[in-house]
Amino acid sequence: MLVSLYRYNPETDNVPYMQDLEVTLPEGKDLMVLDVLHMLKEDDPSVAFRRSCREGVCGSDGMNINGKNALACVTPVSEVAPKGKLVVRPLPGLPVIRDLVVDMSIFYRQYERIQPYLINDNPEPAIERLQSPEDREKLDGLYECILCACCSTACPSFWWNPDKFVGPAGLLQAYRFLADSRDTATADRLDNLDDPFSVFRCRGIMNCVSVCPKGLNPTRAIGHIRTMLMQRTT
Amino acid sequence: MVTSVTNLGRTGAFDWLMQRVSAVVLGVYTLFLAGYLLASPDLDYAQWAGLFDQMWMRIFSLLALISLGLHAWVGLWTITTDYIKPTALRFLIQAVCGLIMFVYLVWGVEILWGL
Ligand code: SF4
Ligand code: SF4
Repeated sequence: MLVSLYRYNPETDNVPYMQDLEVTLPEGKDLMVLDVLHMLKEDDPSVAFRRSCREGVCGSDGMNINGKNALACVTPVSEVAPKGKLVVRPLPGLPVIRDLVVDMSIFYRQYERIQPYLINDNPEPAIERLQSPEDREKLDGLYECILCACCSTACPSFWWNPDKFVGPAGLLQAYRFLADSRDTATADRLDNLDDPFSVFRCRGIMNCVSVCPKGLNPTRAIGHIRTMLMQRTT
Repeated sequence: MVTSVTNLGRTGAFDWLMQRVSAVVLGVYTLFLAGYLLASPDLDYAQWAGLFDQMWMRIFSLLALISLGLHAWVGLWTITTDYIKPTALRFLIQAVCGLIMFVYLVWGVEILWGL
């Protein structure tokens, strides 16, 4: 099978380039893209990529596979490259450190900005802060995010304004805390988002929804945040 | 919070709402005009001028004109902040857009009230 791989080593290359490599896949077995990358790395140990759990839980092997962002470990080769050519590039829109490894600082900075932790000023009860099953249900579809960045780096609005637009991943988490019955900082959180960029730069393109490996829906969460912002300004 | 001085209102929510409201006004105005033209196949100048002589039509037209300005401002502001990164150039283009909209507005008032 032919693999076209994005290569860039800033110490030796002036510009990035695509390298064509041939791998022999074992008969009668559908590999994941990550397995193919490991085979390539066996031939050439300089191939650089991130991975950890290899089962779609850690979120470290997000990359662009045949034009679509996905986690390499849970993406079957047969599904993305039915014509027999695999094209692997780093996540778009982030600075490349080497080969498929990107610098995610700006993505994490946006995540940090939405204060991704429970804020509650009330005195702590003797037991845990309780939540009704209904309130807990509101967090479904939000808390499962693994911060793989597949969505934010597929979003044109994030490409153009990664310093000002929070991006789908950060906004999904922003809503996760806005929706939490135990959080008391709702007003402050909304103040922090009520400018023309942080939330409103979302144009509803829904690339985020189409790539999320966990099947989450950032666009819907963004819609909820927008409604909350509208409700207090009108 | 990200700050910005060149957008329309103070908040993103205000801009977002204005763009939707102005879109509705423009849509209604377009439908009305298209319906009027379809309903009067042998329209002559006197009838057309008569329509625009009525106060409600002038107010409706002015409202549509202002909506066009607001709608275009929010849209063009978004486009320029997306694609034009050098601040001086972006500000220049935004200023030109603003000027054009202002000219259209004054010009439109003059046409409507036949000043
Ligand atoms: S929302 Fe989905 S695509 Fe985005 S970071 Fe979370 S898990 Fe990844
Ligand atoms: S719906 Fe919004 S956040 Fe998602 S890809 Fe589109 S613009 Fe980006």
